[in-house]
Amino acid sequence: MSFFDIVVQLGDSMLNSIYIFLLTLLFSIPIGLIICVIRMYAWKPLQWLVKLYISVVRGTPLMLQLLVVYFGPYFLMNMKLTTEYRFWAVIIAFSLNYAAYFAEIFRSGIQSIPVGQHEATYILGYGNIQKFVRIIIPQMFKRVLPAVTNESITLVKDTSLAFAISYIELFTEAKMIAAAETSMMPYLVAAIFYYVLNLIVAGIMSLLEKRMNYYKI
Amino acid sequence: MNYLDAKHIKKSFKDVDVLHDVSFSVKEGEVLSIIGPSGSGKSTLLRCCTFLETITDGSISYMEKAAVVTNESGKLVYADRSDFKEILKCFGLVFQNFNLFPHYNVLKNIVQPQRIVLKRSKSEAEKVARQLLEKVGLSEKERAYPCELSGGQQQRVAIVRALAMSPKILFFDEPTSALDPQLTGEILDVIRLLAEDNMTMVIVTHEMNFAKAISDRVIFMADGYIIEEGTPSEVFDNPKNERTRQFLAHYNSAN
Repeated sequence: MSFFDIVVQLGDSMLNSIYIFLLTLLFSIPIGLIICVIRMYAWKPLQWLVKLYISVVRGTPLMLQLLVVYFGPYFLMNMKLTTEYRFWAVIIAFSLNYAAYFAEIFRSGIQSIPVGQHEATYILGYGNIQKFVRIIIPQMFKRVLPAVTNESITLVKDTSLAFAISYIELFTEAKMIAAAETSMMPYLVAAIFYYVLNLIVAGIMSLLEKRMNYYKI
Repeated sequence: MNYLDAKHIKKSFKDVDVLHDVSFSVKEGEVLSIIGPSGSGKSTLLRCCTFLETITDGSISYMEKAAVVTNESGKLVYADRSDFKEILKCFGLVFQNFNLFPHYNVLKNIVQPQRIVLKRSKSEAEKVARQLLEKVGLSEKERAYPCELSGGQQQRVAIVRALAMSPKILFFDEPTSALDPQLTGEILDVIRLLAEDNMTMVIVTHEMNFAKAISDRVIFMADGYIIEEGTPSEVFDNPKNERTRQFLAHYNSAN
């Protein structure tokens, strides 16, 4: 098989990797924000619960979490595992995992905002929700962009962990072709794909950072 | 009418007593300056009166409506939520380090609080903002972001932002301490302008000559006590207390 043939054959699974990446970002960022707010401001027992959640998610391998999410329904509730669920297991496991990291990144961003910003909103009469939506969170996003870029790049590479439950994304299929053709070429194609996708991600994030440069802190 | 009454204010941070039984009031149209050495509690007093710090004991009322009182068992009792919100609208505060919102331009910094808190229409809020910006000489800057302004300009915007909320009292917490002497002058000119308009103001400051010139009344604080209180000529020219004399002598020799 030529290099080009391999690229064509891997096309669909490349798309699957991109889906995992995009859907995980789409879900984990808002969930992370919610977790962050609970972690910082909610009723104390809820805070403890969320701290435990973050601690467990960060303290165990993503691959293991993925297996738990995928096989859990079968072993715990005797539910039948469908092929479709395989994809959603990946999205659920990845989103819940990345949300924990994003929550901590957002927390660091919120804590880095000077207390004077909170005091100014209080004196002016902003309510808590107005304060967060209009003053704190917009400034937080600018501050956390470099850390979010880091996470996004890691996520591109982590999509290959879906291999653990045989979901056909790029890495899984590259490995199958490599075995069938006894060739390293599929791995080379996969490596180039991950690298180029990360170049694009880094490029988009640096554009975002530039767009946020209309003000300085 | 007394715009502000602070009675028997005590404040301690853990075991350190910062304010010991401090009482003072501010009348309509009055300009009150609070002076004193660093660590005397003057900024803390101001922060207590604006509820940025919770008092340990005492009572605070605005426009003769109680915001917080201490009951017989020593517990603080606050006005209920909606009353307290109204009380917050009675005063504005100008911070030492401005605290403008960096992600909004000058106009939005001034317009948004009016829209959210006072529910003014966009055109009304912008009209108020532009009138006040003109008054402080910053009409040209309404599209600028805070990072593009000098410290003096930022502080003038902060004053306008506070004024736009139509407060009864405006507090200044060392408004010129972060500025060099030239920019300090800009700010003092604006405060002077407000005094001419009979704005009620409480100013914590280290600018003695300014305090002397502008104030109707001066409070000298040290070690968490009000040591001396009176007209500028009483406090500056004929201080009765030894601590006041020492402080002013030190200050005069430094200049």
